[in-house]
Amino acid sequence: MNTEIFGVVAMYALTILLAVPFGRYIAKVYAGEKTLLDPIFTPLENAFFRLGGIERKAEMNWKQHMVAMLTINFVWFLLGMFILMNQGWLPLNPDGNPGQTADLAFNTSISFVVNCNLQHYSGESGVSYLSQMFLMFLHFVSAGTGMAAAVVIFLALKEKTTDKLGNFYNLMLISCTRILLPAAIIVASILAFNGMPMTFEGKDSMVTMQGDTVGVSTGPVAAFVAIKHLGTNGGGFYGANSAHPLENPNYLTNMVEMMSQMIVPLGMIFALGFFLKRKKMAWMIFGVMTVGFLLLCLPTIVWEIEGNPAIAKMGIDMGSGAMEGKETRIGSAASGFWSIATTVISTGSVNSMHDSAMPLSGMMQMLAMMTNAFYGGCGVGILNFLIFIILAVFISGLMVGRTPEFMGKKIEGREMKIAMIVALLHPLLILAGTALAAAFPEITSANLNNPGFHGFSEMLYEYTSSAANNGSGFEGLGDNNLWWNITTGFVLILSRFIPIIGPVAIAGLLAQKKYIPESAGTLRTDSATFGMMILAVIAIITALSFFPALTLGPIAEYFSL
Amino acid sequence: MKTNIIPAIRLTIVTLVFFSVLYPGLIWGVAQLAPNRGHGEVVVANGKKYYTNVGQTFTEDQFFNNRPSAVDYNAAGSAGSNKGPSNPEYLAMVKARIDTFRVHNSDVDLKDIPVELVTASGSGLDPDISPKAALVQVKRIAAVRKVSEDAIVNLIDSHTEKPLFGMFGPAKVNVLGLNLALEKL
Repeated sequence: MNTEIFGVVAMYALTILLAVPFGRYIAKVYAGEKTLLDPIFTPLENAFFRLGGIERKAEMNWKQHMVAMLTINFVWFLLGMFILMNQGWLPLNPDGNPGQTADLAFNTSISFVVNCNLQHYSGESGVSYLSQMFLMFLHFVSAGTGMAAAVVIFLALKEKTTDKLGNFYNLMLISCTRILLPAAIIVASILAFNGMPMTFEGKDSMVTMQGDTVGVSTGPVAAFVAIKHLGTNGGGFYGANSAHPLENPNYLTNMVEMMSQMIVPLGMIFALGFFLKRKKMAWMIFGVMTVGFLLLCLPTIVWEIEGNPAIAKMGIDMGSGAMEGKETRIGSAASGFWSIATTVISTGSVNSMHDSAMPLSGMMQMLAMMTNAFYGGCGVGILNFLIFIILAVFISGLMVGRTPEFMGKKIEGREMKIAMIVALLHPLLILAGTALAAAFPEITSANLNNPGFHGFSEMLYEYTSSAANNGSGFEGLGDNNLWWNITTGFVLILSRFIPIIGPVAIAGLLAQKKYIPESAGTLRTDSATFGMMILAVIAIITALSFFPALTLGPIAEYFSL
Repeated sequence: MKTNIIPAIRLTIVTLVFFSVLYPGLIWGVAQLAPNRGHGEVVVANGKKYYTNVGQTFTEDQFFNNRPSAVDYNAAGSAGSNKGPSNPEYLAMVKARIDTFRVHNSDVDLKDIPVELVTASGSGLDPDISPKAALVQVKRIAAVRKVSEDAIVNLIDSHTEKPLFGMFGPAKVNVLGLNLALEKL
């Protein structure tokens, strides 16, 4: 067990060590400074923009940004619907998988466009290779969309008054080409050399030693898995996601996949510090997020190592921990760690089945998505956190009787209203969705894989995962039907675009305001005290909103064990 | 909207070609240099090809048995059981697995049965078991195969894969490798 804990510590520490220089690189890319990769990418991107008919230097205000973002996302969604529904006859379908139904294609296409990847299908039988390749494209550009939105905020928080905030297409594309692509090539190569398939030849079969014939699904897995993690998408190539031995063959690949899903969100925090020359602010944000992450993560690891008390009562050796839904090569500690990392960040890939995790571990996984503020997905992590900063600035400003200011800009009624709408939308979608599903047991109860409190948790988890744009699931839920495909589809759209538009609007409004230099009277927003204030705001909002629902699910289940 | 739609479509086409054709093409090229040219690791024994990393059903007493699987080791449709920890039906199933194990391994103490041998993996394709889970099966296999227990224990030792760099992660034994070696004993 000791080596399992060392493994977890090593992958977390290594990620943070890598994230600081990576953040410096990200800041350089967005600031347009020289980097080593310029000779390759500058001509390449210029060609993209010439063929796309886009003037990359034309700057946009925040509204133009959002219109451009929504338009191109809509194009991706329609194209996704078309490919998924027609994959049966389109080329690159060696396994002969059928086209998706309209409702499933609706859910799948939205889910990948918004960087969530709920996956109400199983990768082996639900999509063709052509669809997998298209989803891989969405892995890149949906992450790029989130990062572009975050950079709008970087630009808006500079010490000047402006409404020109860069070009959306340019920011989106350089996020993909200069940040995600080089990293994806490195990660995919490591994965391919560790036995992950990368082939287009379709399903193979083997005769086992006991004489059964079984099919073995392969495919272009390595390229897919690399960007699935780097882009914090999380949609797996196989049904079992990164628990599948071909999608995560050994402990090294497990570490690499874990580090690659954390590196961009962490890097973006440090990039903010380098970009705005406010490193202390970046460390404050990183500190708050890390405290929150560890509070969720450490107990979960302990519960998973201890194992299921109901099985322990049977008197067997519990040395390996809670092994239902877990893989031997990964072990319970690294599975517990992953389950929180993937829910805190909006990845949603899994290396163990969350449905079979201990009751309170399941609660922590849900809380990670309900707070939706620690680390977060590619770009959107910063956006979500900005909302909590604004709330904390306003509340502490009122408490000490000073004008609420952030980065030298006054926070006024309009910004507060937007922040409140975004902050309250999240619990509204989760709780209203779950309440609705619970109100129609004649439709939804047949979809549950477990009775009692745990069945309720399955529904709560599904809406939480949709609203956090996470994509993991209590996968026992039979979710490929009209109810789940359509309701979660709408939750996905609202919970992606409003939390992007809201923070970008706030940033856009702040950017137009006069810059007030810091003085002795300014409330410092990069101090540890202010960090604790943010943590308190996050804790209060989540605890008040979600505690009642959690008592009906995981907490009740815990006490029944 | 109007000024954006045409550039959006054109940029989508260009980036689509780049990220879903050229990028995977490049990785495919890299994979040609990898072990088994990107087809997944395989081992060939007695003219039959097996995927090293894909678990297969081993339920016969003469083989090292592996973990239960929610999909009967169907490598064309991976999945876990997704049973919740308090599900009474599930707990009864675990109990039944323990009883079955004790019928086949009558001299193993209840407290020595490792939990992974009675719980299903996440993928349903777990190729490994812990060294402990292999060692509890030694007596049964020695009796069925009529070989010395020491020989089998040595086999487990030589097939145990240490944690990564000796420091990170659990130790494990690949069940397929172990059973192939058992056949040669």
